[in-house]
Amino acid sequence: MTATANPTYIGARVARKEDPRLITGEGTFTDDVMLQGMAYLTLVRSPHAHARIRRIDTAAAKKEPGVVAVLTGTDLEATGMLPVFITVPSMNGSKHMPIATDKARYAGDAVAAVVADSRDAAKRAADLIAVDYEPLAVVVDASKALEPGAPIVHEELGSNLVFTYPVKGGDVDKAFKDAEVKVSQRIVNQRLIPNAMEPRAVAAKFEAGELTLWSSTQIPHFVQLIVALNLGLGQNKVRVIAPEVGGGFGSKLQVYAEELLVGHLAKTLGRPVKWTEERREGYLATIHGRDHVSDVELAAKKDGTILGLRVRTVANVGAYLQAFAPGIPTILHVFIVPGPYRIPAFDYEMRGAYTNTTPVDAYRGAGRPEAAFLIERIMDRLADEIAMDPAEVRRKNFISKDAFPFNTISGITYDSGDYAPALDRALAMADYKGFEKRRAEAKARGNYRGIGISSYVEICGLAPSKANAALGVGWGGYESARIRVHATGAVQVFTGTSPHGQGHETSWAQIAADALGVSPDDIEVRHGDTFESPGMGVGTFGSRSLAVGGIAVHKAAEKVREKVVQIGAHLLEASPADVVVEGGKVFVKGVPEKAKNFGDISMAAYLANNLPDGMEPGLEATVYYDPPNFTFPFGTHIAEVEIDGETGAVQIVRYSACDDCGRQINPMIVEGQLHGGITQGIGQALYEAAVYDNEGQLLSGSMMEYHVPSAEDVPAFALDNTVTLTNTNPLGVKGIGEAGTIGSTPAAANAVIDALSPLGIKHIDMPLTSEKIWRAIRAAGEGRR
Amino acid sequence: MGHTVTLTVNGTSYTREIEPTLLLVELLRETLSLTGTHVGCDTSQCGACTVLVDGRATKACTMLAVQADGATVITVEGLAKNSEMHPIQRAFAKEHALQCGFCTPGLMITAVDFLERNASPSDAEIRHAIEGNLCRCTGYHNIVNAIRSASAEMRQTAGVRPKVAAEVNR
Amino acid sequence: MITHPFTYQAPSTLEEAVEELGRSGDSKVIAGGHSLLPLMKLGLAQPEALIDLRRIASLRAIRTESDGTIVIGALTTHRDIAHDPIVRAKLPALAEAAGAVGDLQVRARGTIGGSIAHADPAADEPAPALAYDATIRAVGPKGRRDIRASDYFKGTFETALADDEIIAEVRFPAPAGRSGSAYEKFAHPASGFAITGVAALVTLKADGGIERAAIGVTGAAAAAYRATAAEKALAGTNGDAKAIAAAAAKASDGIAALSDLAASSDYRKHLVTVFAKRAILRAVTRARA
Ligand SMILES: Cc1cc2nc3c(=O)[nH]c(=O)nc-3n(C[C@H](O)[C@H](O)[C@H](O)COP(=O)(O)OP(=O)(O)OC[C@H]3O[C@@H](n4cnc5c(N)ncnc54)[C@H](O)[C@@H]3O)c2cc1C
Ligand code: FES
Ligand code: FES
Repeated sequence: MTATANPTYIGARVARKEDPRLITGEGTFTDDVMLQGMAYLTLVRSPHAHARIRRIDTAAAKKEPGVVAVLTGTDLEATGMLPVFITVPSMNGSKHMPIATDKARYAGDAVAAVVADSRDAAKRAADLIAVDYEPLAVVVDASKALEPGAPIVHEELGSNLVFTYPVKGGDVDKAFKDAEVKVSQRIVNQRLIPNAMEPRAVAAKFEAGELTLWSSTQIPHFVQLIVALNLGLGQNKVRVIAPEVGGGFGSKLQVYAEELLVGHLAKTLGRPVKWTEERREGYLATIHGRDHVSDVELAAKKDGTILGLRVRTVANVGAYLQAFAPGIPTILHVFIVPGPYRIPAFDYEMRGAYTNTTPVDAYRGAGRPEAAFLIERIMDRLADEIAMDPAEVRRKNFISKDAFPFNTISGITYDSGDYAPALDRALAMADYKGFEKRRAEAKARGNYRGIGISSYVEICGLAPSKANAALGVGWGGYESARIRVHATGAVQVFTGTSPHGQGHETSWAQIAADALGVSPDDIEVRHGDTFESPGMGVGTFGSRSLAVGGIAVHKAAEKVREKVVQIGAHLLEASPADVVVEGGKVFVKGVPEKAKNFGDISMAAYLANNLPDGMEPGLEATVYYDPPNFTFPFGTHIAEVEIDGETGAVQIVRYSACDDCGRQINPMIVEGQLHGGITQGIGQALYEAAVYDNEGQLLSGSMMEYHVPSAEDVPAFALDNTVTLTNTNPLGVKGIGEAGTIGSTPAAANAVIDALSPLGIKHIDMPLTSEKIWRAIRAAGEGRR
Repeated sequence: MGHTVTLTVNGTSYTREIEPTLLLVELLRETLSLTGTHVGCDTSQCGACTVLVDGRATKACTMLAVQADGATVITVEGLAKNSEMHPIQRAFAKEHALQCGFCTPGLMITAVDFLERNASPSDAEIRHAIEGNLCRCTGYHNIVNAIRSASAEMRQTAGVRPKVAAEVNR
Repeated sequence: MITHPFTYQAPSTLEEAVEELGRSGDSKVIAGGHSLLPLMKLGLAQPEALIDLRRIASLRAIRTESDGTIVIGALTTHRDIAHDPIVRAKLPALAEAAGAVGDLQVRARGTIGGSIAHADPAADEPAPALAYDATIRAVGPKGRRDIRASDYFKGTFETALADDEIIAEVRFPAPAGRSGSAYEKFAHPASGFAITGVAALVTLKADGGIERAAIGVTGAAAAAYRATAAEKALAGTNGDAKAIAAAAAKASDGIAALSDLAASSDYRKHLVTVFAKRAILRAVTRARA
């Protein structure tokens, strides 16, 4: 009997093991690290979006009391370049130094560094640094950046084109020739600011030849690797700790300049150094997300059958390529654009462009929300065009459940799926049938009410290492786990994943508990410290942790369990096949009264004087698990909105979602991931936008302008699920970290457009702010009543 | 020019010589090493720094430490009494109202102030009360559940459990 | 983090505070600190000296004088105003405006004196101060003077208050006759400040028609203002929905409306009319109740 056949803890709402320290204030976040003799780093950032650096005068700053060091780019070249982990075909990579030396390429590009005894002194000194800039022409818009004569962000590349990434399948020209209906729409996935609530922070100390670096990161192992390589330290001499990390959403999926700088400064100055980002600074210096402009054309028959899809997109990558940036608009976007639909012909050309803006990389969903928004918006345009119920247009084109594994027209293979039941359940939860009555009631109040559907498929479980290699990802997609059972029976799980809110300490304990027949309470899960982990971990992003890291834990636990069974059989003088491991006991099937305690077995493993012949002493296992395929969770989200007819203000009055992430390890955590994801997705649909002026100044430069949703901006969410297992992995799990964000944006946006459709309104670009809606209503001729 | 301030934090009286520029949140975190109170923004929007000052939920990033001279301050570290968790803490854990936990101390403090004034709030009132506390992880759904659930427990133990937010100055 | 140094003191009488304030040209009083400290943190205000009013207990009270005037001490917080039973009963538009300020934590510290002194164009309380025809009582080296709200708000962060004066109290005459009032706000989605806030006070004639109306508008223009065209249009009407809508449509007449990322000037002007209508409707309903 394997552990998953009859799970006790997998699937249970186990209370989180990480909570006690977090609700008492005992958790340590990076900025909480305070060391004797600590010095503080502040960076001077360019106020210009594009300017040549003529001269930097640091003399006055150096004289400021408390200043330890003032450095410019040329002093800091020893830190090496910032890494990019993905190379797509035809890519024009950019040189990216932690501190710019020749010119500043976006407002916020660091140009000098100050270290002082206190934060205040560092800041005061930073204000005294005089930089002589020669302002250059600025380009903010990605399409404009690709036009001839545009200001060039990286002169050595000759143009701002980062890559052209075409993906084709089927005969699109024929599809459009045969089409009875064609719809086209320019679709903008606006630029967003991730806004993890904990600003980034880095602290480091260098003692006895060893660098310890704390960072608010999602990928401590990559940080360790790059810091070691760039600073010329043995990897064994660099310990990276990601302590409590206050959210990431992709924004901490980087090796940032500050990590290299703080490491380098701690090493060279011989005292601990810390840098903590301020929020407005973070709006400039931490990656942004999205920023695609797509021209989408859909060919279909009058009955709603899709014939072909053609998309041309320009993605704004910002001023430099960041760690995963080349892969976000390409690998994680283009392939999943067909979504849950059977699309016979597909032609997508994605182009990336450098601009004088903050670099863009992964933000929750990373490429997939852009894809879902694009396809789900055009599906509604099709439904509108042929006057068909949007639910039925979707249902008609769904890949049928007997078609899996399904090879998509974009060239990937969906593992498993059954899309119609999720749609049906969501429709029932949303009382879709009763909607028109609610629309009419709202109309009587002078308001507009709409309902919006979004059915999505996402790619999770990043990634099979061979697929990574084929796609240009310069590192394996495996994850590691080590399980150590101490002589007393105490169990420790070390994972290469690096949670920052996802509750791995709990879910991994549940997985290991079922394999080892003990309670999750007896299992300690440790993460985020490269000196404790199995060697290399990849980290937490892309909804990969469970489907890769969780499976590594499961496999390691199964290995340990196997040894427990062997030892148990030996001690109980039974056949291993008859041994049961359950409830902290090991016994022969049918004879629970003659059980050994789990601790007796572990003790025997270390006493090592009565083990089966040839068995190694000890009780631990390390696993590096490389997944054979991606996983493809799916679902349907439905939002219902009411728009104030006089102001255009939108309120989400009802939200229903049915998601399928395969087996759920802890439904409570799954729901939490969805709630947060849905809220972020609603944020994109209705509230959030990073807005630049033509000079490259970020107008939405603080939380006073950038609208992070508050509790009053979102409703309570009704959630349901279906469970379609994947056979990609032994637990049948798929991943849920980003589904909410992917499903919700199109649902909310479609609901708003649906509400306005009686006025003949077909599309409004996100975010669907009250003013934009008011203007659209007014333009439609109904505004003044 | 240094100022001598005396304040009570979580029941302990502290006297410190400080500069007027020091913010209350800096005093708590850096001078007193009470790092459970967080800083999530620089424009007074996020609420991560919320503590009780004389019984009122206050953004400690928007108050000078010298202004807290003579005040009674409660931070997240002071919510539990004799190692017994406050109902709001239990409710946050039970309802999975936290993920990364960065916003959590501020949210719990705001909720305590609110619930001691409004024992049976509606969900809309709860959402309104926490509008000055941003959370990027939870989507607020479970936070609202937790505050509602804590309110039920606090109603039951009203009179037994001493109020945390003092009656003074409300 | 505040990087520029300043001195700090917290005198216990208003007289001392006035004296300290006069001592240096670059000193400022601090009340709740919820406008001043954010500016200081951003380096946008760099006073040399702060004079904290917090020890001056006399500035904290809400009291009713014999002629019915409701006097609100400058240090009274938004929260205390919003919860005060007298204010809620007699000056509901003020209670609603105070209750609509920022968030729970901001209301716990920010004060009416600070709000009126700072005169942020998007602050809430100036609107009811105008609608109720409040008087701002200031104390300076030359003694005390009363400034009518309608003479007080001059522009963005600009008022009739002199640099060496301190607001001691804001005095609200009790609305006379059959009257009703209300405040309606359209908040900035991110900052919470008013994109538009309208306080309306209406007094009814014996027949239930509108005798007079006073409408204070904030958020829309460089300074809070009285919507006199709308007031005139409303006075003398029967106060039905149509009359209210027609009057409210004039509430943004002639203003130079502000424009920012969240709302263009067109949109702001439109919102003023919508929220004026809503505020007047509720005020009339209250007056008739
Ligand atoms: C996050 C946030 C959101 C906010 N949202 C809103 C909102 O929605 N609506 C709104 O109206 N306000 C809002 N505010 C501002 C808040 O209401 C402030 O409390 C108020 O504007 C100023 O009051 P204060 O007591 O804090 O003044 P302080 O900040 O102490 O002082 C402000 C200015 O007034 C002067 N001053 C203060 N008191 C006096 C006095 N008695 N006499 C003379 N001068 C004085 C000071 O010298 C200073 O120049 C918000 C503030 C924050 C931080
Ligand atoms: S730190 Fe954000 S409000 Fe105080
Ligand atoms: S739990 Fe992460 S910000 Fe709230």
